[in-house]
Amino acid sequence: MQKKTIFDGQKIQITIKRLCRQLIENHDDFANTVLIGIQPRGIFLADRIQSELQSILKNKKILKGNLDITFFRDDFRRKDGLVTASSNSIDFIIEGKKVILIDDVLWTGRTIRAAMDALLAYGRPEKVELLVLIDRRFSRHLPIEPNYIGLQVDSLDSQHVKVSWADEGAEDKVILLSEKQ
Amino acid sequence: MAADKLSTRHLLGIKDINRNDIELIFETADNFKEVINRPIKKVPSLRDITIANIFFENSTRTKLSFELAEKRLSADVVNFAASSSSVSKGETLIDTVNNILSMKVDMVVMRHPYAGAGQFLSRHVKAQIVNAGDGAHEHPTQALLDAFSIRQKLGDVAGKKVVIVGDILHSRVAISNILCLQRLGAEVMVCGPTTLIPKHIHQLGVKVEHNLLKALNWCDVANMLRIQLERQDIKYFPSLREYAMMYGLNKQILDNLDKEIVVMHPGPINRGVEITSDVADSKQSIILEQVENGVAVRMAVLYLLASQG
Repeated sequence: MQKKTIFDGQKIQITIKRLCRQLIENHDDFANTVLIGIQPRGIFLADRIQSELQSILKNKKILKGNLDITFFRDDFRRKDGLVTASSNSIDFIIEGKKVILIDDVLWTGRTIRAAMDALLAYGRPEKVELLVLIDRRFSRHLPIEPNYIGLQVDSLDSQHVKVSWADEGAEDKVILLSEKQ
Repeated sequence: MAADKLSTRHLLGIKDINRNDIELIFETADNFKEVINRPIKKVPSLRDITIANIFFENSTRTKLSFELAEKRLSADVVNFAASSSSVSKGETLIDTVNNILSMKVDMVVMRHPYAGAGQFLSRHVKAQIVNAGDGAHEHPTQALLDAFSIRQKLGDVAGKKVVIVGDILHSRVAISNILCLQRLGAEVMVCGPTTLIPKHIHQLGVKVEHNLLKALNWCDVANMLRIQLERQDIKYFPSLREYAMMYGLNKQILDNLDKEIVVMHPGPINRGVEITSDVADSKQSIILEQVENGVAVRMAVLYLLASQG
């Protein structure tokens, strides 16, 4: 297995700051906008975005929830092994809100398809946007594109992109894993 | 962290599953409990699965609970009650089920008056079988939801003392509960008149007590079983009134205990026999929570079984 670091430390921090500025550009003071991190890996980025936004918009409360998509996946019974569900925690109303879905890596788009379905079980949002740290472009199975992108990466289907976070005891880092030839 | 799949393809009894399976079911049920409390209580996981509910014996709660669980997972559901079917014309069990399966059914939830009917069927048909009660043998989903309810109320099942009171002899709920609670590390006692306690029950490692007050003073949880008059072909006690006086739980007994115990009942309640109305409706009773948890636990069982279908 070959590992190549494609993004780390300071650069990730700068990128998160840039993403937050872009969000503010479109969503002003977040009066009607909420953040939703996709379980299990998107919640770390969502936490970072939330605290960064909070430090910029000091007097506003930035709402953030976690969404689990396990029961909405389209590969249930089609692949080996069971994906264990994570918890949902959305303690505000989605109805009529602008929702920013947040995940670490966008690859085939199937997770986001499931997330949109899962989200609708909580009500009808006014608008849904997608923010990702890593966009593995040219690898989509579905017509889904992100609105906010940290970094675009060209990768092969056989490769794997893994994001680790300081908040889970590792360090902020994005690595590209490829099988040894 | 529980295992990532069940060790079995069917749920025939608690006897066939291990502690990891039970913990996986509970963790999954936690997620489904959140799902059924949302504005839209449905997930699409089982949308390509058809489930037949085959009930050769009467049931209200279990059948309704399974049906709701199936529908909230988006499965297609067919219901079949033996009384209105060709079984009364003499068809065998395997023929009945195979006929249903040839209409492309993936899973069968079955209740049957004979012990082992689920086992038998699982050996002869292709579909996955969920036992919803077979005679006086097992009722695994009831035991799972009872243990899940104890876990929810008291935080954990391990180390808790649970007494099962009443008609142990005819009760599939009792057997499944004993096995399930023991797998999870609880201590179990059975309590009832000598005639309703099976002779060799102590071999399962349970305590036996014939005095209700002693049993209640020992326990953290009392599971009050229904007297199953329909299964009693001879008289096991002189009268219902006498049973109620000896083994019925009333508010006065409950209030005079040194500690606050949790009261459970698998339903349907014979109010005034096993427990009085004021006990059933008291804040120590978790009877209605049991019913709510039943749907979540059954969703978890169906979902986990389907994942390896």
